[in-house]
Amino acid sequence: MNIHEHQAKALLKTYGASVAEGVAIFSADDAEAAAKSLPGPVYVVKSQIHAGGRGKGRFKELGADAAGGVRLAKSVAEVVANAREMLGHTLVTKQTGPSGKQVNQLYIEDGADIARELYLSVLVDRETSLVSFVASTEGGMDIEAVAEETPEKIHTIGIDPVAGVTDADVRKLCAALKLDGAAAKDGADLFPTLYKAFTEKDMSLLEINPLVVLGDGHLRVLDAKVGFDNNALFRHPDVVELRDLTEEDEKEIEASKYDLAYVALDGNIGCMVNGAGLAMATMDIIKLYGEEPANFLDVGGGATTEKVTAAFKIITADPNVKGILVNIFGGIMRCDVIAEGVIAAVKDVGLQVPLVVRLEGTKVKEGKALIEQSGLNVIAADDLDDAAQKIVKAIA
Amino acid sequence: MSILVDKNTKVIVQGLTGKTGTFHTEQALGYFGTQMVAGTHPKKGGETWVGNVEGKEVGLPIYTTVAEARDATGANATVVYVPPAGAAAAIEEAIDAEIPLIVCITEGVPVLDMVRVKAKLKGSKSRLLGPNCPGVLTPEQCKIGIMPGNIFMKGSVGIVSRSGTLTYEAVFQTTNEGLGQSTAVGIGGDPVKGTEFIDVLEMFLADDETQSMIMIGEIGGSAEEDAAQFLIDEARRGRRKPMAGFIAGLTAPKGRTMGHAGAVISGGKGGAEDKIAAMEAAGIAMSRSPAKIGEVLVKALKG
Repeated sequence: MNIHEHQAKALLKTYGASVAEGVAIFSADDAEAAAKSLPGPVYVVKSQIHAGGRGKGRFKELGADAAGGVRLAKSVAEVVANAREMLGHTLVTKQTGPSGKQVNQLYIEDGADIARELYLSVLVDRETSLVSFVASTEGGMDIEAVAEETPEKIHTIGIDPVAGVTDADVRKLCAALKLDGAAAKDGADLFPTLYKAFTEKDMSLLEINPLVVLGDGHLRVLDAKVGFDNNALFRHPDVVELRDLTEEDEKEIEASKYDLAYVALDGNIGCMVNGAGLAMATMDIIKLYGEEPANFLDVGGGATTEKVTAAFKIITADPNVKGILVNIFGGIMRCDVIAEGVIAAVKDVGLQVPLVVRLEGTKVKEGKALIEQSGLNVIAADDLDDAAQKIVKAIA
Repeated sequence: MSILVDKNTKVIVQGLTGKTGTFHTEQALGYFGTQMVAGTHPKKGGETWVGNVEGKEVGLPIYTTVAEARDATGANATVVYVPPAGAAAAIEEAIDAEIPLIVCITEGVPVLDMVRVKAKLKGSKSRLLGPNCPGVLTPEQCKIGIMPGNIFMKGSVGIVSRSGTLTYEAVFQTTNEGLGQSTAVGIGGDPVKGTEFIDVLEMFLADDETQSMIMIGEIGGSAEEDAAQFLIDEARRGRRKPMAGFIAGLTAPKGRTMGHAGAVISGGKGGAEDKIAAMEAAGIAMSRSPAKIGEVLVKALKG
């Protein structure tokens, strides 16, 4: 789960990190009051969407020469003018895809006197199984490009989970970011603070790009991107409160209510599969036979009839779906439960498109018998290859 | 021979009294008499779990702690069906009890809990499989976890996979090809886990019964690339077995987590094409179709 920049900064502020003053607004009418509450005389107007690359992004509805999704304003009037131009419009960035994302919120922030821009993030490094800092002097840029072109400018520092951030880690980070004087002193406070926030709140990513050295030599968190480990949300009701549903796909929101792993895609064949690997492989084999999957959907190990019914409804609600492939290899998932769910769902919502069902594994006999006895117009398949060919043929 | 588990493996169940634990313990007991010896529950110590195995009632003693269960039964393995919030603590309890093999089936364990567990595993006497894995099965000897026993056949293929259901596909296909399996191992779909591909491949290379191998990976991380490099290095030392492979997620969009917490292409790393190329470079016969892994292995065996 991701949150907006202003939410991330507010959260980091509660841990004592140095962030600029700012106000989030939903309406351009609030821009003037927001700007006036800040010290000024320079302000930054920032689009709040869950995607990076906002500064270089372009608004779909505005001309190609219009400014991007993060704008500098030198007066309260400029803040208001920019807010009017940005709010409600669609920002397309490198990370949003061509359809872009509508900007429903702006963050009006006090401007900063920037001397140097740095990059700092905290993440779980799967190579070492450690929470790690990634630091670079090349801040304010696309870090993937930096990693590609000048990998020597990126430093990864793993943190021992028992010891936490040690003095030695702080020294390494200061060296990686070339910090000295007041900035190094600030770093000695900031690094453990970020680590604490990351681990206490079960974050999956905490990215500060850029972290800046101000004209007075102090450090400030200028941008913040925070994501959380979905598996740990159960112990952070305060984090769940920050979720912005307008940033998510409607079908994915519905799926998440039933604890289904669902990702909307652009193709025609709806898939319902158990297991993430098999769900991906099912997408792959559909493509191999010349069609495109409409979604990724893993009903998971502990699916109930109710969950399967919900999954089926979500798939059939997608107008692009011209056929459905149910592919189940039961281990923890029992084929009879899947069969009951499919039958219940078809009886409930009807079946307008071809449906191919492939069942194998635990309780497969019972599952196949249930489907057969249901009298539904279901195309049975023997194995995955057979199933993929049958559904591709059925929608041709 | 086989790897990790055989007919002498004695298994404790942590989370036996739940619905999932009960169902799969019954299945394991019914699979060639896998030695499921006890369950643990913090409040139900002293009680007896009663399950139904092929129409017959079977009872297992429940102990308060893993250490007590180990002392009473001589168990050398444990399987964890405890829900996500308590799974890491259950694994840690098993590490403290020095159980040699810990298999964690639970899906959805917070990754920072696993960072803590991983640190505790270092230097311990335990090996962890998982979490978020289907377990391990040696045909006709021992089944730990949730793999469907009926698709297995005693044989010569060692199977290792990040995905549960794709493990079943590989098992099913090698059974249909008449090859059978030495042992099938699910290492799990989480980013931080107890056992990696390399660990299992090393065991398969050293196992006499394993004459060929199948490795199934998916998008995310670089464990497949690491394994490919390991195989190249071992082949230089003269250790090599015929091998087929498959990578799931060729059609997965970047930046989206595909069900498994670890299945995500991020920072320009972890894409399927890179993994397929690395595995091909290591001499693995790669199947483009998930339905043809067995067939591809048969071809590789014919050389």
